[in-house]
Amino acid sequence: MKKFLAAALIAALCLVSFAAVAEGVKVGFIFLHDENSTYDLNFLNAAKEACANLGVEYVLKTNIEEGEQCYDAAAELVDAGCNIVFADSFGHESYLIQAAKEFGDVQFCHATGTQAHTAGLSNYHNAFASIYEGRFLAGVAAGLKLNEMIANGEFTAEEAKMGYVGAYPYAEVKSGYTSFFLGARSVCPTVTMDVTFTNSWYDEALEKEGAVKLIGNGCKLISQHADSMGAPTACEDAGVPNISYNGSTVAACPKTFIVSSRINWVPYMEHMINCVANGEAIEADWTGTIETGSVELSEVNEAAAAAGTVEKLEEVKAALQNGSVKVYDTATFTVNGENLTSYLADVDDMGDYQPETEVISDGYFHESEYRSAPYFDIDIDGISLLGA
Amino acid sequence: MNKELHEPLFHISKRGAVRWYVSWLIRCSAVVLALLVCALITMLMTGENPIRIYATIINGSFGTPRKVWVLLQNISMLLCVSLAVTPAFRMRFWNVGGEGQALAGCFGSAACMILLRNVLPNWAVICCMVVASIAAGALWGAIPAIFKAKWNTNETLFTLMMNYIATQLVAYFCVVWETPKGSGQIGVINSRTEIGWLPVVGGQKYLLNIIVVAVLCALMYVYLGYSKHGYEIAVVGESERTARYVGIKVDRIIIRTMLLSGGICGLAGLLLVGSTNHTLTTTIVGGRGFTAVMVSWLAKFNPVWMILTSFLIVFLERGAGEISTNFGLNQSFADILTGIILFFIIGSDFFINYRLNFRHAAGKEIK
Repeated sequence: MKKFLAAALIAALCLVSFAAVAEGVKVGFIFLHDENSTYDLNFLNAAKEACANLGVEYVLKTNIEEGEQCYDAAAELVDAGCNIVFADSFGHESYLIQAAKEFGDVQFCHATGTQAHTAGLSNYHNAFASIYEGRFLAGVAAGLKLNEMIANGEFTAEEAKMGYVGAYPYAEVKSGYTSFFLGARSVCPTVTMDVTFTNSWYDEALEKEGAVKLIGNGCKLISQHADSMGAPTACEDAGVPNISYNGSTVAACPKTFIVSSRINWVPYMEHMINCVANGEAIEADWTGTIETGSVELSEVNEAAAAAGTVEKLEEVKAALQNGSVKVYDTATFTVNGENLTSYLADVDDMGDYQPETEVISDGYFHESEYRSAPYFDIDIDGISLLGA
Repeated sequence: MNKELHEPLFHISKRGAVRWYVSWLIRCSAVVLALLVCALITMLMTGENPIRIYATIINGSFGTPRKVWVLLQNISMLLCVSLAVTPAFRMRFWNVGGEGQALAGCFGSAACMILLRNVLPNWAVICCMVVASIAAGALWGAIPAIFKAKWNTNETLFTLMMNYIATQLVAYFCVVWETPKGSGQIGVINSRTEIGWLPVVGGQKYLLNIIVVAVLCALMYVYLGYSKHGYEIAVVGESERTARYVGIKVDRIIIRTMLLSGGICGLAGLLLVGSTNHTLTTTIVGGRGFTAVMVSWLAKFNPVWMILTSFLIVFLERGAGEISTNFGLNQSFADILTGIILFFIIGSDFFINYRLNFRHAAGKEIK
């Protein structure tokens, strides 16, 4: 009880002090969709939580398309007295930059964008998280499940194939499925993976169809990077284990959901609010990590996961945090049978596709270090792209 | 009671022509009734004060100078597509393909901006965009017209399906021209060089669109009401047989009118890409091609009244967005309110064209 009281007291003190610190800050948020999209819901909840924690005023604008509407929405938020404007979708970026140029004394923060470090604007910022670490951990859980199924004689080690439903063949998606695959292969060495793309961030029917196709092709476990319940429900129907994204889907898929990784945006949103409240500059690029609390795993569903998953995940998580395990360790993957020693990535997005930055050094690929948004776009051995 | 003598409580009979103020009285009372029903539903479902909701709707359009500009810009784009489909409607050619025709225009503009940016100087790129977008829209409108004229195909289905073809075409080129690689998005075209961006007039980025559409509206009013073409369209619309009898070449009128209809949609596409958004997406027209059908109908195909009806719809849309922002209500709630208001306005037409005769009143008439 004493402990509880002390904790409550500290929490209350924190709230009071933060509320005082963040006084005079008003945040405007721009979302591509509303709470019906799991992607936007994740941002909406984070926005409400961060603003409540710090006691600041906020305005939410939902269903803002990736066009001039985004600029208009940003400008209206500035008119309404916001001194921070945050937008959540990749396609919002150009219009947010347009607003940032016009309103120099307002801070513009953008999730998943790529241009802040080259835009030359002191009030425009990008943010992302090292979600590839979360994906890697989710991959470990997948590998353990495959091992268990092999041990149970459900299929042979050579038949251990996973399926992945991706949105676009875009660096963010490639980085996601590759880290997931490497995580699985770190515990199940014979695993391979098929990837199919829907060419849409949200298309329930296509995502379901993709998952069904992969299961038909002999995939024993499915994961996805797209924002609907299409793939998880297809897995539940077919009784195939699923690793989810953006949040737990255990309620809809109690038999097949194993674990889900997601980005928790609360730490970044609190960071940007505190920076403005304290008159500090916000970084051009901010990459959340496991330490900052930005990369999260949901609770493991013991009904579907392999025995010992929770313990193993703790162990690998600790190894990622102390740096003894690197997700993109060049010794763990090959391209056309060769280990990579050098790779140029298109980190400076000038619309020219010109890769210019060396991203492999010290034996691993430095993802999300030269800018926050992912740029790992290598097709590695062991992963087959369907229809590509 | 004798069954044969039983008279229903009321029966419906056709009205003759009503005086203009009667029809407007009916329309205004429909709006008032709609607002009352909205207020009731708002109170029952959310517990919010309806007066505050109405104030928010008005604030959504007129709250700040910027909001007024956005309102005017949205009106002008909706009005542009509505003006485009109107000549076809007057001809009783149900062009529900405004969406696809405008999207074809967007595609034409964007293609010029991307393909010609390193080939031609800026002014020449803009000239090409004007030609390409109008031609693309006209082509998209003319294809169903030719089929209708030659083989009497159903224009409603045909124009509707052309929308989906345009969407798929644009979806394909979004992948061909994507930046960055793999994202499936074109992003802002020529953001550094601003090649193919239409000039900003008077320091207000939306003013060009507003002026263009205002001029277009006046021209369309004259064209439909006071030109030979306009007369021919009206005759074909009233009766194709009469038109043939007086020597009008109906096939030619259908194709010519749809070229015009599609061409103006293409112009809307030019403004959307070249002046407003500077990008190309499958959703850039934003359903205006369909909303235009309602705008045009509500205004009885009169270009000047269409200013009012497009204002009404944009005003409701902007208000709806403001409600969802300020009250934390889902966008769907605002859509419900818009739906109620439109239902009453469209329904009021019934009472303008028909009379309800109650039992008592009917008895009087007989006497």
